[in-house]
Amino acid sequence: VYNHKGEVLISRVYRDDIGRNAVDAFRVNVIHARQQVRSPVNMIARTSFFHVKRSNIWLCAVSKKNLNAALVFQFLYKMLEVMGSYFGKINEENIKNNFVLIYELLDELLDYGYPQNTDTGVLKTFITQQGVKSQTKEETTKITNQVTGQIAWRREGIKYRRNELFLDVVESVNLLMSPQGQVLSAHVSGRVLMKSYLSGMPECKFGINDKVIVESRRAADSSSAAGATKSGHIAIDDCQFHQCVKLSKFDTEHAISFIPPDGEFELMRYRNTKDISLPFRVIPLVREIGRTKMEVKVVVKSNFKPSLLAQKVEVRIPTPLNTSGVQVICMKGKARYKASDNAIVWKIKRMGGMKEWQLSAEIDLLNATDKAKKWTRPPISMNFEVPFAASGFKVRYLKVFESKLNYSDHDVIKWVRYIGKSGLYETRC
Amino acid sequence: ASVSESLGNIRPWLQKVTTQAKTTDSKYFTTTRKGEIFELKAELNSERKDKRKEAVKKVIASMTVGKDVSTLFPDVVNCMQADNLELKKLVYLYLMNYAKTQPDKAIMAVNTFVRDCEDPNPLIRALAVRTIGCIRVDEITAYLCDPLRKCLKDEDPYVRKTAAVCVAKLHDIDPLLVEEQGFLDALKELLADSNPMVVANAVAAITEISDSAQTDTAADMLCWSGQLINKLLTALNECTEWGQVFILDAVANYTPTENNEAQNMIERVSPRLAHANAAVVLSAVKVIMKLLEMLDPNSDFVLSTIKKLSAPLVTLLSSEPEIQYVALRNINLIVQKRPDILKQELKVFFVKYNDPIYVKLEKLDILIRLTSAANIANVLAELKEYATEVDVDFVRKAVRAIGRCAIKVESAAERCVSTLLDLIQTKVNYVVQEAIVVIKDIFRKYPNKYESVIGTLCENLDTLDEPEARASMIWIIGEYAERIDNADELLESFLEGFADEQTAVQLQLLTSVVKLFLKRPTDTQELVQQALSLATQEADNPDLRDRGYIYWRLLSTDPAAAKQVVLAEKPLISEETDLLEPNLLDELICHIGSLASVYHKPPAAFVDGRGGGQVAKATKGLPSRLAAEAGGAAAAAAGAGGGDFGAGTGAPGRPAVSVIPTQESLIGDLLDIDMSGGATAAAAMAAASASTNQQPVDLLGEGLDSLLGGPAPSATSPVPPSGASAAAGGSGADSLADIFGGLGGGVGGGLGGGGGFDPPMETWLPAQKGKGLQIEGRFLRRGPQLSMELRLRNNAMQQLNGFAVQFNKNSFGLAPAQPLAMNPLAPQQSVTTLLPLNTKGPVQKMDPLLTLQVAVKNNIDIFYFACLIPMYALFTEEGDMDKRVFLSTWKDIPPENETQFNLGSYAHDADTASTMLRSFNVFTIAKRSVESTDMLYQCVKLTNGILVLAELKIVPQTNAYTLSLKSRHVEIYPGVHEAYLAVLKG
Repeated sequence: VYNHKGEVLISRVYRDDIGRNAVDAFRVNVIHARQQVRSPVNMIARTSFFHVKRSNIWLCAVSKKNLNAALVFQFLYKMLEVMGSYFGKINEENIKNNFVLIYELLDELLDYGYPQNTDTGVLKTFITQQGVKSQTKEETTKITNQVTGQIAWRREGIKYRRNELFLDVVESVNLLMSPQGQVLSAHVSGRVLMKSYLSGMPECKFGINDKVIVESRRAADSSSAAGATKSGHIAIDDCQFHQCVKLSKFDTEHAISFIPPDGEFELMRYRNTKDISLPFRVIPLVREIGRTKMEVKVVVKSNFKPSLLAQKVEVRIPTPLNTSGVQVICMKGKARYKASDNAIVWKIKRMGGMKEWQLSAEIDLLNATDKAKKWTRPPISMNFEVPFAASGFKVRYLKVFESKLNYSDHDVIKWVRYIGKSGLYETRC
Repeated sequence: ASVSESLGNIRPWLQKVTTQAKTTDSKYFTTTRKGEIFELKAELNSERKDKRKEAVKKVIASMTVGKDVSTLFPDVVNCMQADNLELKKLVYLYLMNYAKTQPDKAIMAVNTFVRDCEDPNPLIRALAVRTIGCIRVDEITAYLCDPLRKCLKDEDPYVRKTAAVCVAKLHDIDPLLVEEQGFLDALKELLADSNPMVVANAVAAITEISDSAQTDTAADMLCWSGQLINKLLTALNECTEWGQVFILDAVANYTPTENNEAQNMIERVSPRLAHANAAVVLSAVKVIMKLLEMLDPNSDFVLSTIKKLSAPLVTLLSSEPEIQYVALRNINLIVQKRPDILKQELKVFFVKYNDPIYVKLEKLDILIRLTSAANIANVLAELKEYATEVDVDFVRKAVRAIGRCAIKVESAAERCVSTLLDLIQTKVNYVVQEAIVVIKDIFRKYPNKYESVIGTLCENLDTLDEPEARASMIWIIGEYAERIDNADELLESFLEGFADEQTAVQLQLLTSVVKLFLKRPTDTQELVQQALSLATQEADNPDLRDRGYIYWRLLSTDPAAAKQVVLAEKPLISEETDLLEPNLLDELICHIGSLASVYHKPPAAFVDGRGGGQVAKATKGLPSRLAAEAGGAAAAAAGAGGGDFGAGTGAPGRPAVSVIPTQESLIGDLLDIDMSGGATAAAAMAAASASTNQQPVDLLGEGLDSLLGGPAPSATSPVPPSGASAAAGGSGADSLADIFGGLGGGVGGGLGGGGGFDPPMETWLPAQKGKGLQIEGRFLRRGPQLSMELRLRNNAMQQLNGFAVQFNKNSFGLAPAQPLAMNPLAPQQSVTTLLPLNTKGPVQKMDPLLTLQVAVKNNIDIFYFACLIPMYALFTEEGDMDKRVFLSTWKDIPPENETQFNLGSYAHDADTASTMLRSFNVFTIAKRSVESTDMLYQCVKLTNGILVLAELKIVPQTNAYTLSLKSRHVEIYPGVHEAYLAVLKG
C-alpha cells in the first residue's frame, strides 16, 4: 500500500522471492513513471506488479509466479472492501491510524499468498479494534468452526425481536446513443441488495420474473404458475450470485435459495440487454457559428409513466477547452457553466414522466490558436434516479423458512424498493 | 521459562552489540529522532502491558517505513510470551521480517513457538504454525516438523487449513525434508477432509508443490484419479470463493479419460459461471474450454455449452476496470480459439468514453476479431468515432483497425478507404502517418483498385516523419511509379536525406528506385545510379549493401531478369494477421485467468525456473483430440507471409510473441558473429561477382530464381544463401549441384548410407521458442566429413526464408563448412538438410566441454540454442598408429592421468567390439589375452589432435567391459566414456 508520493504505508511480504527492492521498483517504474502507466499489470525485471488505485492510495500486489491474475485483482478489491467496512474511507490518514489492524487483517486475509477468508462479517467476529479479550475455549472453537465451515458467512444464535428484511433492486442503466438517436448499445446492470435482520439460520427462497426461471417453474407445477401473467417476464442475460446462494440448485431447479448473512449484502447481480425502457432521451443539436461561437440546443425527454417522478436529474454538456463564456437559457431547473469541468451542468431536481424540456446555450470561444488540439466532442452524459426498474425486473416473492425457531414467513416484515439509476448514460453529439 | 533464562545471560552481551552498532551505524541514527531506539528499548522492557504494546506498535511502524529496527530483536522477542493475541501477532510479524537477518537470535523464539503450537486456543495454534513457516531459518525449520505434524491432524479445522499451507511453505525451504517426513502423504489425506476450506488449502498447497517439484514423487502429486476429482467438485459447492478458484485451477490440470467424464465435469463446473467472483468465473471458463477440446465439436452438448459461456464473459466487462482488463485479454484468446462464442456480442466491446486506456485498446482488438461482413457498418462507424479521440496510441490503433477491416471484409474495403481519406484530411500528423501505413496494406490486398487515392497521399508527403510511414509511402510510389508523374522527383527528394534514414526506409527506397527505373528506364538512370552508389559505397549496413549489389548486378547484366525479380507478382496478404501461433494459443488457453494469459506469453517466458529444474516439466497442452483440426487452422492462416514488404516495414504475419532466449549471456557474443558473418558473406559475394565475369549471369539467375520460388526474396537475410555460396564456390556447376542437391541427394545419401548407427534426432529448438520454427538435429560422420543434420519444421503461419546459421566459439572449433542451403520453408512444411562442418572455427573451451551454441537466423528473428556434440563425431580417421608408438605414448602420459570406467556388460566378444568401434574411428592397435581376459589397446585421435589411448578389458564369462583411458587432457574423458557407451549399446 502506497500513498500518492510513493511512500510505503503498509507492506507485507508473504514469500521469499520478493525483496524489499521490489517496493522501490514499483515506486520508480509505476508511481513516478515519466509516462503514465498504461496497464494495471506491469512486468519489471521478471517480477509482475498488479495495482489498483483508489483516490490517492495505490494498492499493489507483487509476484514472480504465473498466478491467477483475476484472483489478484478480485482480492485487491475485496481488501479495499474489508478495509472500508472497518474504518470507512480509504485514505492515507485512516490507513496510518489503523495500520496494526490492517496487519492483523492481512494475516487473516492471506496466507502465503493464498486468499483465505475475506468476508467482513466473519472477520469482525474475531478481529476487533479493541483487541481480543481472553475467550473461553468454546467461544474460540465456535469461531474457528465458523470461519472454516460451510456457512462461513453467518454465525449461529442471532436473535431479533422484529424479523425484518429489506430488498433494494438497484439498476444502473447504461446507454450509448448516436447523435441521430440510434441506440448504439444499452444494457442494464442490476443488483439486488438485501438487508436482513432475521433470527436463527433462516433459509430463504427468492423469486423473480426471469423468463427461464418462470418457465421452468411452470413446467414444475403448472397449477400455481398458470395464474402468472403471461407478459412481464424479462430475459436476463446473465446473473451472478453471492456466495451464499446454492449455485448447483440454481442450475438444476432454477431456484434461488440461500441462507443470508446477517446485515447488508449483495444477493445477486444481473445484466439485461433486451427490452429496456429508457427513462430519458437526450436530443442534442450543436452548431458551430464561425470560429468563435457555438450554439448548443439540448432537449431532454422523459419517457415513463406521468405519475412517477425522477430525481436528481443532471445533464452534463461538455464544452470546448477554449470556451470563454457561455449564455444559457433553460425552461426548468438550473444550468450553470462550470469552467473547471469544461461543461455546462444542468440540474433538475424533479421531473415527471412524459415531459420534454429544453436548454439552449451560446458558447463563445477564444480564437483557437492551437488548432492542433482539436476538440473531440465528448458525449453528453446524464445522471438521474427513477423509482422503477428499467429492465422490468420484478421480485415475485421472497419466502423465509426457519425450522428451529418458531416464526413463519408471515411474521417477517419485508420491504422492497426499486431504484433505477444512471450508469454511463451518454449521447454523442 | 527457559527462554527468559537464556535471555538473561545474553542481555549483557547484547548491549555490547548494540553499542557497537551505534558507533558503526551512526548515519542511521542521525536519520531518526535521536535516542528513539533507546526509548523504544526501555518501553519494550517496561512492566506495564499497555506500554509494551504501544512500543511494539511503534517498532512495527518504523519497520514498515523501511527503518532498520533489528537491533531491538531480543527485546521484541521478549514480549512474545504475552498472552495478548494482538500483541503476539505483532511480535510474530516482527519476527518474520527480521529472523532471517538474525538467525542465531531467532533460535531464542523457538521454544515459544513450539509451546504456542499446543496452546488450547486454536487461533494461537494456527498463528504459531503460520508464522513458523514464514521464518526461513534452517535451525528453526528443524524444530518445525513435529508441531506441524501434530497440527495437520489437529481437531480444529482452522488449524488444519493453516497447517496445509505451511507444508507448501516448508517445501519451498527444504523440499527433501518435506518428503522425508511424509508431509506429502499427510497433505493428500487432507484432500479427503470433511471441512471444505481445509480441502481447498490442501489443493492449493499441492498445486504449488508439484509446480516447483524437483523429484518425481512431488511432481506426481497432481496426478489425481477421477474419483478424487469427483470429490473435489463436490467440495466446490461448499468452498469460499477463493477455495473454488484453487480447486478449479487444480481440476484444470486433470485430463479425463473418456468423453462422458468430460461432459459430466463440464456440467458440474458450469454453475460456477454465475459466481460473482471474476476469478471463479475465469477458472471455470478455463476448465470448460479445456474439456471442450475432447468432445465432438458438432455435438449439441458442445454447442449449448459454448452458448452458456458467452453471457458470463460479457458480464465480466461490467466489473472494475482492472478485472475488465484481465477478462479482455482472456477473451482475446478465447475469441481466437472459438470465435463463435462471442460473435453475437459485438456491441459490448464498443469503447466507452470513460474506459481506461488499457481497456480501450483491448476492446478495440477484440472488436476487430469479431468483425464480419454482417456487422462491418456498425464497427466502421465506431472506429471512425475512435479515430477522433485524444489518446495517440488509441487513435493509431483505431486507424490501423480500419485497415484491417478493409482487408478482412472485401465488400467494405471501399468504405474503409474513403473513411481513411477523410481521416487524412484532418491533417493530424499521427493519424495521417498511420493511415498511410494502413493504405499500403490495402494496396497489397487489392492491387490496382484504389490508386485514385494516391494523389491525396502525395500531398502529405512532407509531414511524414516516422520511418514506417515513410517506408510505406516510398513503397506506394515505387509500386505505382508509372502512374505518378513526378515519382522521380518525389523519390529524389527522399534520396537527398538517404544517410539520415533508418534502414527500413533505406531498403525500401532502394527497391522503389529500382522499380521506378525498370518502369521508366529512360529518364531515371541517373537516379538509380545515385541510389545504388549510395547503398553500396556509403552504407554501413550489410543488408543494404547486399541488396544494392544484387540490384546492380541484375541491372547491369540482364534487365529482363531484373524485371522478373523486382516486379514479380506479389502474393496477396491475408486477413488475420496477428493471430497467435496455434500451439501457443492452446497452451495459453490452459492458463486462462493467469498472468500468462494477460501477457500472452507462455509462463516459462517470464517465470524463473527453479534450481535448473531436474524434472522436466511438461508444458500444459490441450487434450489433443483435435490435433488435425489445429493443423488445419494453421494451414488456413498460412500464406500470411511477409512478402516483399517484409523487408522494411515488419512482416505483417509476425506472431506477437517474444521469446526470451535461454542463454542470455551469450547473445552479445553471437550477435557479434552474426554481423561479421553477414559482412564476410557480402565480401565473398562481391569478390565472386568481380572475378567470375562470364558465369555469374546464369548462376545468379538461377540462384535468384530459386529464391523466387517462395513468394518473394527477403532482403533482411544477410545474403541469399544459395546464391552466395554458389558464387563463392566459383567452380560453377559442381558446387551448384552440390548445393541444390544438398537438400535431396545429400540428405538421401546421408540417411541411406553408412553402416554405423545414427543417433536419433534431438529437438534443439522447440517451436514455441523459435516463433514457429522447430529445429531437430544430430551430428553425423560420413567418412572424413563431419556434418550436422538438421530437420527444420515451420509451425508458423507464414513462410520462413532467408536461413543462415552460425556457431559460437566452441571447444573444438566446429564451424559450418558452407552456408546453410535452404529453400524458403512453407508453413507446416518440414525439410531435412545436411550441413557439412569443419573444425577451422575459433576455439574457446566451453563448459560443459561439448556444448555447441548455435544461432539460426531467418526472416523472423535470430534464434539461439545449444546442443551437445557427441564425442564420437570428433574421432578422426588418423587415429591409427604403430604399436611401438602406442607403447611409448602410453608410457609418456603420467599415470595419474589414467582413469577407469566400468562400462557394464555387453553380448559382443572382443572382435565384434573392435569392429564396431573401428567404424567410429576407434582404432584397435593391439589385442592380448591374459588369463582368458581380452585386452584391447585402442587409440583415438580427435579433430584437434588430442590423442586418447584406451585399454578395454573384457572378461568373457561375464562380458563385463572395463575401460581405462589415458590422455594428456583429462577433461575429455567423460565424453569419450559416453562415446564408448553409445557405440557399444548400438
